[in-house]
Amino acid sequence: MHQTDFLYKNKELPISLKNYGIIFFIVGLALALVAFIVDKERAIFNYLVLYSMLISIGLGSLFLIALEYVAGADWSVPFRRIPEFLSGILPLLFILVIPLLIFNHDLFHWTHKEIVEQDEILKGKEPYLNITFFIIRVIAFIFIWVIFFLVLRKNSLSQDYSKDQNLTRKNIIISAIFIPTFAITITFTAIDWLMSLEPHWFSTIFGVYYFSGTVICAIASVTLIIVYLKEKGYYNPWITNDHLYSFGALLFAFVNFWAYIAFSQFMLIWYANLPEETFWFLTRWEGSWKVISILLIIVHFVVPYSVLLSQPSKMNPNRLKFISIWLIFAHLLDLFWLIMPNMNELKKGYNFSWIDFVFPVLGIGLVLIVFNFFSKNKNLIPVGDPKLNKGLNFHL
Amino acid sequence: MHNKNLYGITALFDSPDKIISVAKKTAEAGYTRFDINSPYPVHGFDKAMNLKPSKLGFITLVFGLTGSIVALLFMFWTMSIDYPMIIGGKPFFALPAFIPITFEVTVLLASLATVIGMIVFFFKFPENRHPLHNTNYIKQVSKDKFGLVIEASDKNFEYQKVKDFIISLNPIEVEEIYYQEKELLSIIEPKFLTLLLAVALVTSGTTYFVLNELLYMVPFSWMSEQLRLNPQNSCELFADGFGMRMPVKGTVARGFMPYLQKGNSNPTELLENPYLITEENIKLGKSKYLTFCSPCHGNYGDGDSRLRGQFPNPPTLHSKRAQEFKDGMIYHIIVNGQNSMPSYASYLNNEERWAVVNFIRVLQKAKNASDSDLQFVKKENNKNASN
Repeated sequence: MHQTDFLYKNKELPISLKNYGIIFFIVGLALALVAFIVDKERAIFNYLVLYSMLISIGLGSLFLIALEYVAGADWSVPFRRIPEFLSGILPLLFILVIPLLIFNHDLFHWTHKEIVEQDEILKGKEPYLNITFFIIRVIAFIFIWVIFFLVLRKNSLSQDYSKDQNLTRKNIIISAIFIPTFAITITFTAIDWLMSLEPHWFSTIFGVYYFSGTVICAIASVTLIIVYLKEKGYYNPWITNDHLYSFGALLFAFVNFWAYIAFSQFMLIWYANLPEETFWFLTRWEGSWKVISILLIIVHFVVPYSVLLSQPSKMNPNRLKFISIWLIFAHLLDLFWLIMPNMNELKKGYNFSWIDFVFPVLGIGLVLIVFNFFSKNKNLIPVGDPKLNKGLNFHL
Repeated sequence: MHNKNLYGITALFDSPDKIISVAKKTAEAGYTRFDINSPYPVHGFDKAMNLKPSKLGFITLVFGLTGSIVALLFMFWTMSIDYPMIIGGKPFFALPAFIPITFEVTVLLASLATVIGMIVFFFKFPENRHPLHNTNYIKQVSKDKFGLVIEASDKNFEYQKVKDFIISLNPIEVEEIYYQEKELLSIIEPKFLTLLLAVALVTSGTTYFVLNELLYMVPFSWMSEQLRLNPQNSCELFADGFGMRMPVKGTVARGFMPYLQKGNSNPTELLENPYLITEENIKLGKSKYLTFCSPCHGNYGDGDSRLRGQFPNPPTLHSKRAQEFKDGMIYHIIVNGQNSMPSYASYLNNEERWAVVNFIRVLQKAKNASDSDLQFVKKENNKNASN
């Protein structure tokens, strides 16, 4: 059974991927600029959706890498490069965050001094929610993530040539430090960017809620790329459906986890019925938001749960490809549902606008370009990893 | 002849890689009734043995679905139909509150059914006369060896061929397993039954002690001795010693409008009739009138009591005075009573009182109809008849 004839030859990714990336990016950027001119407020809120989505993919991927090292997983070793390339989004966040910091007045009403002055609650929260500390936090978190990304990536890449087993040991220690750091930083990121849009509202489970979506989005992105590359012949014949099964199982688990967390958050607030908490859900039950709220349950839980329930469908490449795209969209919808109802114009219900569809285009372009840039001249399989052989021989 | 009670031939191997290749070769040789034993789960067995996916998942699915449906229906029936109670101001069918219980029952039933289904259908428990019991083979594979057993019931089983095949696999040890003459381990055995009885006694005794005695002993009984106000008990906190308090003066129940002229025999201000005369309203008034008013006032308001002098007869409702009463005055009399008539406020709610007033108006009109009224009724009747 053992694969002894494993000989990896580096194959260039198709040039069309890069071209598509550039096309998507240019079209997306042009439309986004138009959107900023037409409706600045709507554009900046949509841009925040995109920014959170990119954090989800980048940081979630970095979490997957760390998780593999810490858990000592074998099966995922052949795929580790994909999250490594995807977390290349993290250094880009330094640039991507600039528009949000410039237009913070449109996003967060706690940045308005005169409103905070008249509001007892906001005054109490001011030591945390003030623009100086906010910028310090945001930049510091990105800085921390980028450092972890660079070190983990450098060790992993240099192992391809040196075959040094100590690098794995080093990465395990770094990952063990990263995971608690990740837990704290992602919680505060969720509080800063998403929860503080409605500064009167609070929910202690909110960080976990964002985390659950983040991991789904990251696994779905990695799965999508792997199934695509496998179809194009980049992984044959080493990767079997047994490997894919683990992706399906992880997706299934995290779909359930998301539903569990989302329901826990909703039920406690619904049950206690405290006005200072319920209004957040009531806003999302206003007018046409009600349809989107119900749709979110179906899109983010009911459909993926039913599709992924049976064992064969967890390893069927076509179904996995479909459900990965579906879940990436579901996470986008989730973020949209978290962010957009805070816009003054949309408080009474959602109304259609072309601006909402511009930023995902820009996002696809960015991710493709980043993936291409970081995967250039790199092995798609970490050939120097000591666990690689075991990973390739993974069977159910 | 030894084929008659041969169960199968076993072979021991010493590495998981070896056993996987052995399983693959055995499946390729066309055997279907063979098994692999290993001291710990090894990935890849299913594929190597060419097994079909297990059917166990269907048991889990069916029982899981049963669990969720039964739990939901049960809560729906108890909480919304059989004994509806308002809890925390939530609707009777409070779905979010039911979800955790539905989830728990689903998981409970699904997992229990999976384990029991696995043991009963797939392990065929209780199977305590399995030929592999108490053999050297099963002892070895529970320790550190990996075993293969080809059963004699396989349709391709030929003693010599299987033996040669197994030897060609280079095993450490080969053993032939025969069916046992008599049951090795019987359920009806004094030792086993005594142990069972002892376990049952200890378990039920401990449960009884914990639930009925331990919980009422001192450190555990603190839970029930809390500083709180118990209903129907005296209380030292208040000067009058009553635990239950009256509502604050002037408290009005929700949805209740107090009648300010109550107890006033000459009302200074009368209410206006807020209800339109509709068919529904008249019907309600009729039913209430016949129940509460007609025993004394008579079915048509003539004052012809059915009580045969046991209670003084009231005057007719068709007197000039009664006809000239304002609606509010009749309402006032219903609420307040008049002369020998007691108050009916506790029998009739606000809507019903006005409905009775309207019905009395109907009776009065019917008894004292003018010519024009009669002609109108005739016209209406003709219209209905021609339709």
